[in-house]
Amino acid sequence: MTQTASPSRPRSRPSALSPYAVLDLLLRGRAFFALIVIIITFSMLSPRYLTVSNMLIMTNHVAIFALLALGMLLVILSGGIDLSVGSVLALCGVVAGWLLQGVELTAFGVIVYPPVWAVVLMTLGVGALVGAVNGVLVAYLKVPAFVATLGTLYVARGVALLMTNGLTFNNLAGRPEYGNTGFEWLGFYRIWGVPIGVIIMVVVALAATFLLTRTSFGRWLYAAGGNMNAAELSGVPVKRVQVTVYVLSGLCAAIAGLVLSSQLTSAGPTAGNTYELTAIAAVVIGGAALTGGRGTVLGTLLGAFVIGYLSNGLVIIGVSSYWQTVFTGAVIVLSVLLNSIQYGKRASRS
Amino acid sequence: MTVAAAAAPQADTTDEVVMSARNVAKSYGAVHALKGVNFDIHRGQVTTLFGENGAGKSTLMKILSGVIQPSSGEVWLDGRPVQFASTAEAQDHGVSIIHQELSLAPNLNVRDNIFLGREITGPGGIDYAEEERQTRLLMQELEEEIDPRTPVEQLRLGQQQLVEIARALSVNSRVLIMDEPTSALSASEVEVLFRVIRDLTARGVSIVYISHHLEEALRITDHAVVLRDGAMTANAPRAEIDLEWIVRHMVGRNFDLGTPPRGHEISGAALAIRNLTVIDPASGQTLVDDLSLDVATGEIVCLYGLMGAGRTELMECVAGRLTPAAGEVRLHGQPVQDLTIAERIRAGLALVPEDRQRDGLVQTMSVGRNLSLASIVDFTRGFLTSLRAERKIIDATIKSVTVKTDGPQAAITSLSGGNQQKVVIGKMLATDPTVLLLDEPSRGIDVGAKAEVFGLLAEKAKTGLAVLYSTSEVSECLSIAHRILVLRRGRITAEFTHETTKEAIMAASGEAVVE
Repeated sequence: MTQTASPSRPRSRPSALSPYAVLDLLLRGRAFFALIVIIITFSMLSPRYLTVSNMLIMTNHVAIFALLALGMLLVILSGGIDLSVGSVLALCGVVAGWLLQGVELTAFGVIVYPPVWAVVLMTLGVGALVGAVNGVLVAYLKVPAFVATLGTLYVARGVALLMTNGLTFNNLAGRPEYGNTGFEWLGFYRIWGVPIGVIIMVVVALAATFLLTRTSFGRWLYAAGGNMNAAELSGVPVKRVQVTVYVLSGLCAAIAGLVLSSQLTSAGPTAGNTYELTAIAAVVIGGAALTGGRGTVLGTLLGAFVIGYLSNGLVIIGVSSYWQTVFTGAVIVLSVLLNSIQYGKRASRS
Repeated sequence: MTVAAAAAPQADTTDEVVMSARNVAKSYGAVHALKGVNFDIHRGQVTTLFGENGAGKSTLMKILSGVIQPSSGEVWLDGRPVQFASTAEAQDHGVSIIHQELSLAPNLNVRDNIFLGREITGPGGIDYAEEERQTRLLMQELEEEIDPRTPVEQLRLGQQQLVEIARALSVNSRVLIMDEPTSALSASEVEVLFRVIRDLTARGVSIVYISHHLEEALRITDHAVVLRDGAMTANAPRAEIDLEWIVRHMVGRNFDLGTPPRGHEISGAALAIRNLTVIDPASGQTLVDDLSLDVATGEIVCLYGLMGAGRTELMECVAGRLTPAAGEVRLHGQPVQDLTIAERIRAGLALVPEDRQRDGLVQTMSVGRNLSLASIVDFTRGFLTSLRAERKIIDATIKSVTVKTDGPQAAITSLSGGNQQKVVIGKMLATDPTVLLLDEPSRGIDVGAKAEVFGLLAEKAKTGLAVLYSTSEVSECLSIAHRILVLRRGRITAEFTHETTKEAIMAASGEAVVE
């Protein structure tokens, strides 16, 4: 059920005013309506909520989760799950920080300071590599996705801790004489007032939409997640699809790691702890099925915004952070409940 | 006395009726699985149900054992009408069923399986000693030395079947329904089972028996009941029947499924299979045994065989899903065994799998996307899929295989079984195959849809498509196929032309030898 716009809908829609149609619309667009309700509620409760600057701050914050969630969406569409994204985010941040401090090559007795673009590329490579390990474990070695990525969750976090001895790289600015300045651009630069992190999120979301709706890979992914056997017998390279989604998820986590450490001007090995759960929550709130084959980029983005705008709103009106956790949990359960209503209804029509 | 015996043969005490179905009917929507069936189960005797796939045997058994409820009609037990809301309730009345697929928990041991759900509890929790003692007694009765603490997964299939029987006996079953109990048993295990059945009947237990192996069933049965298309066509005690009688009533007259297409060229081996052997990696069992066959361009070949004969394994191996242990497959003279499934499809070799829901459809996608799934490469330009080119393929396919649907956007689950099957076939036809394999294309679809599917295949054969389809319904062999190959235990045991009889085909498959 991808949401490709189709000019002619064959099923005659019930008249726009019937209660069924209203309920149906509310159900389908639930993440969107939830977001509207959240924005309206908090703007009434606090005058500071609905301001351009707060919106940008919130969105900049959401971008990190949205990036993770977009990668997670691809994995969940394939019927898998990627628990390692939070750790990969931290590992990639630490790798970037480490590279920016200069790499001492003892064999040559020199310290190499790679330029920022090279740091970014190498960091992305690390994310993709961890993803590839996940993918191979799941697709070829038949390790259940939950277990495989749980393993890499620990390993990636452990490596990040080892690399820094548990400490945090606090200086990512680089030095002009080494030619490696400019890392803060990712976290602080704005184009027409919009933070780079938000722009990256939009670009990744557009790329993911394009991938899912306009390429054969997207079709393969929906088919493999919907019914792996049928996809395989129809000639879909199911294993390759699986490896690819984990690699893409690792890449998204690496991008998020770069943006986050640039925003924080520090790279710590404990960053992104439990972010994988937030990412999964965003995908689920966005209407994707954890069993695979159903879900959209737009839904996932809305899911990430619901979580981000809700917790930010609660902070602004001064609700305790413990209550935020409770509210987020309630939203997740509610949305899964609505998912099962939507998909159950569709199945019962058969 | 002679008068009474002639008027009412069941006056004899051994012929007492314990259970009977009276005018039992069951419909699923518009499909009538059972159309008012009457039959009796006699105390201490074996009543066998004969019938082809889809004749309604399993539906009837499920009604008798409380798995499903009849749409109309009554089930009588000991002279009173009864209604079973569940299998547990049926068991409380002494009616148990042993399913074709065993329902044991493989990880638990024999004792725990037998008392699953009815554990004997004492003050200290489950009384394992007592359960074990009773299990030993049951096993002694069945003359099978199985330790109660053996995990079920370590038992041979025949022994597992005995554990199922022991479980049924442990609830004091008076009526025991066995659905294809011998399908997975070796010859010696069948002997053990038959001995157990005789012991049971001697103790007054009534057995309802279903089997595709007619000869085997004739050895054990006391009464025969034949079903066809949901209605009972014949009913007689053992003394009055023979194999020929059963087959005659089973197959009957059938819906016209067409005749082999003529008047086009049939030549050249489109598909050539040579000495193909497939071995189950889990059990080491040989599923396809040194098998060779050819299908010519424009030819329709039917592969007839019972469940477990190796049809599915043969097809899946040719399509590239299973790796053969030996042998080769050639498509128009080119070997294909090193190709992936996708490459074989592109080379013109396509498979319509047996299990539509498991292997054929992507339930989360629309009708249109299911139809275009196998031919995505055909509407991909560079990196992009062309929605317009896709739409063209979908529309053409919906038309050519006549899918009845609201449109390409409709959910695939909204279609009937027959139309879903047409989508699966259409999906593979959209890849422009030259050889099409269909594994039981008629499974779970009604007669009308069946005729349409066969009509479509006949039409495609005329344009040069080589078709190999498998079936376990003998009436389907004698429809559009130019040649009929009988598969038994992974080997081709006989080859027929269209001018053969159902009896001859069934004899070659090991179902029956008609004198």
